[in-house]
Amino acid sequence: MELAIFLITAIVLVITAILVVVQRNPVASAMFLIAALCAQAILYLLLQASFLAVIQIIVYAGAIMVLFLFVIMLLNLKKDEFGPEKRRAQRFFGILFAVLLFVEIGALVKLSLTGLPQAYKSLDPEFGGAHAVGQLLFTDYLFPFEVTSVLLLVAIVGAIVMAKRKL
Amino acid sequence: MVPLSYYLILSGLIFSVGVLGFLTRRNILIIFMCIELMLNAVNLSLVAFAREFGLMQGQVFVFLVMTVAAAEAAVGLAIIIAFFRNKKSANVDDLNLMKW
Repeated sequence: MELAIFLITAIVLVITAILVVVQRNPVASAMFLIAALCAQAILYLLLQASFLAVIQIIVYAGAIMVLFLFVIMLLNLKKDEFGPEKRRAQRFFGILFAVLLFVEIGALVKLSLTGLPQAYKSLDPEFGGAHAVGQLLFTDYLFPFEVTSVLLLVAIVGAIVMAKRKL
Repeated sequence: MVPLSYYLILSGLIFSVGVLGFLTRRNILIIFMCIELMLNAVNLSLVAFAREFGLMQGQVFVFLVMTVAAAEAAVGLAIIIAFFRNKKSANVDDLNLMKW
């Protein structure tokens, strides 16, 4: 059962990811990216990361992708401004290197996944919940958590400066 | 339970698709989306490892990666807007101001 859900979600995820890459229109790309992110949230649920699944939908599929769509709308690209995509050599080498990378990752996974400790068959039902993540985030990882708040502040200031009318 | 290697292969596949888009597309917005795709592939493998070892640390790391991705999206899209305002184009071939 779990395997069936995994396989269906994985197929949806791969197909939507490929569609993100091959679509000509950025809006269609963004829509398929949202679908891919939602499929990934289902995988998080399978992996007992319920908090991250919710965050994935709210922050990624919600906030970040709305920002993307907003910028696409702001740019208001005409059909001819999508730009020429005909670069045979570049496409050939891009596909070649992507396939090589995948083969390399596959070989690494196959070669290096021996001698791992036995997987946990059943975990604490609290595992991956908001309580467990928050507990860790506000004790052991308090400093990185605070640093991310500074990072977000810098990002806000940077975004406003970059998007000013006169640069 | 789904084996860890399935998740890692899936993650590698998504990452490769992201790399493919990054290398072949010319539209800066789609290139940016491919970066998000790659970040998500890495997140997936982190969560899979967290499940495998029964440790929460991987999930905390994914949380931090998401924060960085949000910051990166905000700044990157602002740069795209500035680029479009100056060049009236969304094609990376026109992004040659600092090219020698």
